[in-house]
Amino acid sequence: MTTFLELLATGVSLGSVYALIALGFVIIYKSTEVVNFAHASLLLAGGYFAVLSREHIGFWPALLVGVAGAAALGMLLEFLVIRRYRGRDHSVLAIVTIGIDIVLITEFARRIGPKIFSYGDPWGSAMVSLGPISVPQTRIAAFVTAAALITLFLVAFRYTTWGVAMRAAAENRETAALMGVRLGWVSASAWGVAGALAAVAALFLSVFPTTGLDRDTGLIALKAFPAAIIGGLDSTTGALVGGLTVGVTQALATGYQSELSFLGNGIGELAPYLVMVLVLLIRPAGLFGTRELSRV
Amino acid sequence: MGAADLRVRGLNAGYGPVRALTDVSLDVPDGAVTAVLGGNGAGKSTLLRALSGTLRFHGGAVTGGTVEYDGARLDGRPAASVVAAGVVQVPEGRQVFARMTVADNLRAGALGRRGDRAAQQAARNRVHELFPVLADRAQQRAGLLSGGEQQMLAMGRALMARPRLLLLDEPSLGLAPMMAARIAETVREINTQGTTVLLVEQNASLALRLASHAVVLETGEVALSGTAEELSASDEVRRRYLGVADEEAAADAAAGIAAEDAGVAAHPPLTRWTA
Ligand SMILES: Nc1ncnc2c1ncn2[C@@H]1O[C@H](COP(=O)(O)OP(=O)(O)OP(=O)(O)O)[C@@H](O)[C@H]1O
Ligand SMILES: [Mg+2]
Repeated sequence: MTTFLELLATGVSLGSVYALIALGFVIIYKSTEVVNFAHASLLLAGGYFAVLSREHIGFWPALLVGVAGAAALGMLLEFLVIRRYRGRDHSVLAIVTIGIDIVLITEFARRIGPKIFSYGDPWGSAMVSLGPISVPQTRIAAFVTAAALITLFLVAFRYTTWGVAMRAAAENRETAALMGVRLGWVSASAWGVAGALAAVAALFLSVFPTTGLDRDTGLIALKAFPAAIIGGLDSTTGALVGGLTVGVTQALATGYQSELSFLGNGIGELAPYLVMVLVLLIRPAGLFGTRELSRV
Repeated sequence: MGAADLRVRGLNAGYGPVRALTDVSLDVPDGAVTAVLGGNGAGKSTLLRALSGTLRFHGGAVTGGTVEYDGARLDGRPAASVVAAGVVQVPEGRQVFARMTVADNLRAGALGRRGDRAAQQAARNRVHELFPVLADRAQQRAGLLSGGEQQMLAMGRALMARPRLLLLDEPSLGLAPMMAARIAETVREINTQGTTVLLVEQNASLALRLASHAVVLETGEVALSGTAEELSASDEVRRRYLGVADEEAAADAAAGIAAEDAGVAAHPPLTRWTA
C-alpha cells in the first residue's frame, strides 16, 4: 500500500509537469490550429538558457532567464516562420514545426554535448514525509508550482481581456478578427506562453531524482503529446486530465514493472501510448476534445 | 457629402479565379441607412467582406478599386484596423461565439476598441437597453440562444465596439416575420441614435422600408441604384425582389395559391411508393 501511495504521489507530480507541457500544446493548437511538434525544442531551449546562466546569476534569476528565453524563442518562431505560412493547410504547418524541431534540437544538443548540467536548485535530494510515505521535495515543488501556474493560466484565460481574445480566436478566427482581435498577437502570445510553461517543465524534469539537464531532456516533451491527445487537443481541461493520466500511468507501470514483466521491459515508457490508443479508439477527439485529430 | 461617408469606387474582388465583384461603386452617406439588395450569390457578402478586410479568410482578395472612409483608405487594411476606424461588421449567419457566455461575447465585441471602463460600461448599458434579453441571459452560453436572440447578440456584440458605421449582413435571415420586424425596428433605433448603417438584405421590402438609399447587386455588378422610394416604385425591383409583377398579377397569384390549396385538400399529392 505504501508503495502504491508513493508511486501515486510520484505519478501525480510527474503528471502535473506533463500537464504544463500539454497545456502549451493545447494553447497553440486552440489559437492557431497548429500541432506544434517543435515543443520539445522549446523545452530544451528553456532548460539550456537556465542552466547556462545559473553559474553566473544563481538559481532563481536563471530560472527567470530560462522562462523568458523560451517564451521569446516561441514568439520569435511564430513571427519568423509560422506567420509566413498563414492560410496554408494545417498539415503543412505541422510539418514545418517538425523541421523547426529538428534544426533546434540538433543545435542545442550540439551545444550541450555529452555534458549533464545541474540546475543547482534549492531542493536538492531532500525527502519529505507525508504520513507513511516519503517523497522527494522536488516532487512536491513540481506539483505546487505546476498547480499554481495552471490555476493562474486558467484564471487569466477565463477572466482577462487576453483570455477573451484567445477564446474568441479559438472559436472562430474570422469573427474574432471582425471584433478587432489581432490574430497575429493571439498566435504570438500562445507561442510565448507555451514556451514559458515548457521552460518551467524543463526544470522539474531535470532535478532530483533525475541527474540534470542533458541533450535528451527535450524528448520528454514527447510524453506530453499523448497527454494532450488523451485529453483532447483543443481542451485545456483535457491537458490537465491527460497530463495526470500519463504521469500516473507511467509511474505505476514503472513501479510495478517486475509484476508486469510479461509485458517486457520499458512498459513504463510505453504505457502512456497504450492508454492513448485505447482512449482514441473510444473517443477519437480525446476525452474533452471537440475536434478530431483528422483535421490536423 | 460629409466627411464620414463611406465611398466605394470601382471595387473588384474575387476568390482566386472566381470573380465576385466587378467595378462596384457606392456611397454610404453619414447618418443614413443604405441598403444593398440582391439574390443568392449576387456578391453582397463579398462586398461586406471587402469592406471589413475579411476576404482573406475565404481565400479571396480585393483586386482593384478603392474604399474610403472618413477621408482614409480602408482597402488593404487588416480587419482589426478597420474596426479601429469605426467600421464594424455583423457577419452573415450571426456567428456568435457559441461556447462563450453572452457576457463574454459582449466583452469580445469591445476588444477592438480599447476605451476607458466608463465608455465600455456605457456601451454595455446601451446594448442591454436595446436588447434586454442579453442582460437576462448574461451567464448563459451563446450557443443555447434562439436564432433571433443570437442575431441580437451578434448586433449587440458589434455595438460594443461603438461603431460609427455598422455593416449588417442579412440580419433577418432565417427569422420568423415577427422577429425580423423586431430586428428591423432595432436597426432603425440604432441608426436614430447616430450610427450609420449599411444593410445587406434579400428581404427587399424590409430593407427598402428602413433605408433611404439602396443599390441592387446582380452577379457582382451594381444593376440599379437610387433612393428607396425610386427603387420601391421601379417595376424591375417590384418584379424581381418584392415578388409582385403588378396588382392584378399579384391577385391572380393569390387566387392561384388559394385554388391550389383547395386542390391539395381534395387530393393529397403525397403518395408513398411503399404504400
Ligand atoms: N469562399 C469562396 N470561394 C469561392 N467563391 C466564393 C466564395 N464565397 C463566395 N463565392 C462566390 O462569390 C459569389 C458571391 O458570393 P456572396 O457570398 O458574396 O453572395 P451573396 O450575395 O452574399 O449571396 P447570399 O445571399 O446567398 O448570401 C458567388 O458566386 C459565390 O459562389
Ligand atoms: Mg451572403
